[in-house]
Parts: sequence; structure tokens; C-alpha cells
Amino acid sequence: MWAFTLRRLIYAVPVLLGVSMLVFVLIHLAPGDVVDILVPPEVPKEIADSLRRRFRLDEPIYLQYLAWLGRLMVGDFGVSFFTGRPVAEELFGALGNTLVIALPAALLGFSLGIVLGALAAYNRDSWLDKVFSATAIVGVSLPHYWVGIVLVAVFSVVFNVLPAQGMGVEGVPSSWDQIKHLILPVVTLSLIPMGVTSRLVRANVLEILSQEFVGTLHAKGLSNRRVLYHTLKNAAPSALALMGLQFGYLLGGSILVETVFNWPGSGGLMNLAIFRRDVPVLSATILVLAAIFVVINILVDVLQALIDPRMRR
Amino acid sequence: MADAAVLPADANLVLKRAQQGKSYWRRVWERLLDDKVTLAVTAVLLLLLVMVVFAPWFTVHDPYTGSVLRRLKPVGTLGHWLGTDEVGRDLWSRMVYGGRMSLLAGVVPVFLALLIGGFLGILAGYMGGFVNSVIMRLTDVLYAFPSILLAIAITGILGSGLQNTILALTISFIPPIIRISESVSAQTRHLDFVEAARASGARPLTIVRYHILNNVLGPILVYATSLISICIILAAGLSFLGLGVTPPSAEWGLMLNNLRQALWVSPLVAALPGVMIFITSMCFNLMSDGLRQAMDVRL
Repeated sequence: MWAFTLRRLIYAVPVLLGVSMLVFVLIHLAPGDVVDILVPPEVPKEIADSLRRRFRLDEPIYLQYLAWLGRLMVGDFGVSFFTGRPVAEELFGALGNTLVIALPAALLGFSLGIVLGALAAYNRDSWLDKVFSATAIVGVSLPHYWVGIVLVAVFSVVFNVLPAQGMGVEGVPSSWDQIKHLILPVVTLSLIPMGVTSRLVRANVLEILSQEFVGTLHAKGLSNRRVLYHTLKNAAPSALALMGLQFGYLLGGSILVETVFNWPGSGGLMNLAIFRRDVPVLSATILVLAAIFVVINILVDVLQALIDPRMRR
Repeated sequence: MADAAVLPADANLVLKRAQQGKSYWRRVWERLLDDKVTLAVTAVLLLLLVMVVFAPWFTVHDPYTGSVLRRLKPVGTLGHWLGTDEVGRDLWSRMVYGGRMSLLAGVVPVFLALLIGGFLGILAGYMGGFVNSVIMRLTDVLYAFPSILLAIAITGILGSGLQNTILALTISFIPPIIRISESVSAQTRHLDFVEAARASGARPLTIVRYHILNNVLGPILVYATSLISICIILAAGLSFLGLGVTPPSAEWGLMLNNLRQALWVSPLVAALPGVMIFITSMCFNLMSDGLRQAMDVRL
């Protein structure tokens, strides 16, 4: 088991290196360079060029990459062009705010998805199955940013019971006011994971129920609850893999929902960085979100291997 | 049944029929014709396509000319039955014309990703070894990005516009398609009938064309139709963020973005473009489900 975990960790190193190269190349594909962004166009060319030399932008691209990577290794993400604050400070604050909505949304989406999917499978072709399956497909087909707008229209504009924007006081929510700010974004974010999880769990449970060992369990005289336990245990690995991916999408995709609700999270930060052309913030945000995604996938693989020893290849 | 006696004698024809796998696709087709939901959503999508292509026939007003006097009329206004937007343009016209960009940006990336990803995936799966390692390790790097993050990163850095949207979404969808086609073709490669074809002297290209492709096509097609539904939501999402299609173009996501400020004045009108995104993406999802059942594909 430890060998497997270690292998997965080592394997992540080249992937992360590749990710950093891709981000670096992408940034350099953008029209113009950093100096063009920082200095106004009327500045004489000599001054701009001296700045380029100072930032070592005249060096070959692989040297620039290595220097950048070296700074990343020691945790130096640079300074924001726009605010002048260290990028790490801005980014990790924003990530915390994103987690404040992403974690409850994942919890809500996954648990609802598992319950709806399992119930639908156990009552196959009944009205319950039809309603739950329809709910799931609506969940995966809705543009969630639009759902956010509709929820604001209903609960903030028409009924005026919930706040439409922002997170009130930043930090881990403790007061009723902070929780009120959470409700709409969390519900909006949880839709896709709910739909996707429920569809997968239903399909998986149906497939497992059609296998012979379930009949054997019943024949052995096991109670329904014990049979359910075995079914869920068999459905768990692929459901876990999906949930890991979905949680990554939730973090990456929160930019849309955060824009709707003006949420000061990593997505909002990325959006701002794009429009301010704040290259250090943008590259760091993309890089850190991708790195988190890689780590989540490793965690999922390890969890899968814990549940199902066959996965420890 | 007159030629029934002739058929077995004509070994070439039998072989040809078997290679083309006609009976399988015919069965799929028959099962699809029995599936009312899939037929219905296909009809809706075709109707949408016709409306979008022949937009002038379905609309009265020009989608780009507005009037300050007619700003934000509610749904049901005489002459503008879906109301008007924040600069007084007819909302129905803009929804119909907007479908052009939204469908284009929803379908083209998946199609391109299908060609590129399918090719690389089959190559990796069939060749195995070094080629497989190179392609799949590079895919792993792209796979480390949640698709929406990759699309936002690319359009955010390269700039907005329809071309960059399509480029960004294509790149985001290539890795999952490579993974699926690689795993299916790698599985197929070791099946007995492929070994038999190889032993009987079939060239690699023939094997890929007749045996691998026929087995890979089903799963990829099913997966691609479900990707279209995601792609439509993401393409509109990019425009919604201001990273996709640029104003004054009519596009569902962009309309949603522009109308967002009007939410407090006329919530129903502001929500309408989202309904189109929802209906379209739902139809593609249901179609994908129907195809999956008809083709008996497990993903």
C-alpha cells in the first residue's frame, strides 16, 4: 500500500513539471510581454528594453522558465502587478474563500447524488426512479451560472430574503449573516456534482445488482441492509474517482459562480487577473488550481486502492 | 430469398458484410427508432438547427438594432412577444440569431477534439509501447487541468473571440477523448478477431479501419454527444465571463451577461437566454443517453 502511494506521488512530479511548462508557454504565447503591460506605450524604446534586460526577458525562454521554476520551488510566486502585494498572500486568501463554498457544495452535491442514485436504482422503473433520474439529468444540463442568476432573481429580487452578492465578513462562517451569504452560491455549485454523482451511482448500483453475488448474498440469508452494504462497497471506487474529478471541476469551475455572486474566491481572483492582465496572479492561480487537482486525484487513487486491493497495480 | 443460396458461395460478399458490420449499425438504428425520447429530442435539435440557419424567416426584427424608447419591455409586449433587452433589441430575434454562435461554439470544438483526440487515442492504443507512452504522458499533463480551468486559462491569456473560444474548448476536450479511445482500442487490440486478422496477413491500416475503428466509434460517439452538452454550457459560460464571443454579437452566454444588470428591473427577460442554453444542452444529454442504450455502450 505504501509502495503504491509512493509510486503515485513520484508519478505526479513529471505531471506537475509538465503543467508548469504549459502554463509558462501559455503566458508567453500571449501577445506582447510583461513590459508591454507594465509601461505605457509612450515610454521610449530604450527604457523598455533596459527593463526587459533587468527582468531578464532578453534571455532564452528555457532559462527564463528555469528561473521561474526555481522561484516557485521556494514558494515565491512573485508580486501582483496591480496591488503590489505578494501573490501567495492574495491567492491563498482567495482559495480559502473558495473552499468556504466549495466544501459544503461538494458535501451537499455528493450526498444528495448518492442517495438519489441509489434510491433510483433500488426502485428501478418506478415513478421514484423516473423523478430522480429526471432531476439528475436536469442537474447536469443546467448552466449553473444561469441558475445562480435565477436564484438571485427569486430569493433576492422578488422575495428579498437572501443576499445577492459577496460573502459579508470574510473568513470561516460563524454568524447567521455569513451563512445567509453562503446559501445561494452553495446550492448553485452543488447542482452539477449532484446530477453527475446520481447518474453514475444509479448506473453502478444497477450493474452490481444484476451480478450473481447479490443473489448469493440474499440466498445466504443476509438482511437487505447487509446486501446494501456490499453493493455500496462495490460501487464506491468508481464513485470516489468521479467525486474527486468533480471536486476539482468545482474548484476550477467556481469562477463562473463566483462571478455571478461576486464571491471573493480564487475564481474571482482569476477573473480579475485576466482583465487586469496581472500575469503573476494569473499564472499562479492556474498553476495552484491544477496542482490541487493533481493532489486530489492522487488522494482518490489511494482511497480507491484502500477500498479495492485490485487497484494496487 | 432467391439469392440466399448464392450468398454463402460468394465469400467475398459475406466478408464485406462482416467487415462493414452492417447488422450492428442496423440494429442500433432500429433501436433508436423505437426510442421516443431520443426521437423527440433529435426533432427539437433539428428544429433549432433549422431556426438558427434560416434565422431571418423566423424573426421579424433585426437582432442588432435597438431603440432607447423600447428598452427592457416585459415578456408579452405587443410586437416583441419575448420583450426587449437592455438597449431595446428584440429578445426573440437575438435568441434565434444567438443560437448560431452558441451552437457553433458548442459543436465545432467537440467535433475537432473528436478528430484529433480520436486519432491520437487510437494511435496510442493500437501501437502501444513508446508511442503510447509519449501520447499518454502528454495527455496526463493536459488532464491535470479541470476542463473549464484550461479553457478559461487559454481564452484569458490569448484573448476573447469566437476563434480562441473554439481553440480553447477543443484543447480542453482532447484529453478525455484520447483516454477513452486509447483504452477501447488497447482492449480491442488483444481480442481474438484482431489477432486472427493479423495472422491472416491484414495490414495494420486495414485492422485499424475495420476492427479497431468499428469498436471505438460507438463509445466515442456516445461520449462526444454528452460532451456537446458540456461544451455548450462552457462556451456560453466563457462569453458570460467576457472571454468568449465579443459584443455586439448575439450569443446566449453574452446576452445573459448583458442582461444581468437588468435583473432587478425585469427578471424574467434577464433569465430567458439561459433557458435556451438549458434546453439545448438537455437535448444533447438525452440524445447521448439514447445512443448509449441503442449502441449498448458502457463508459
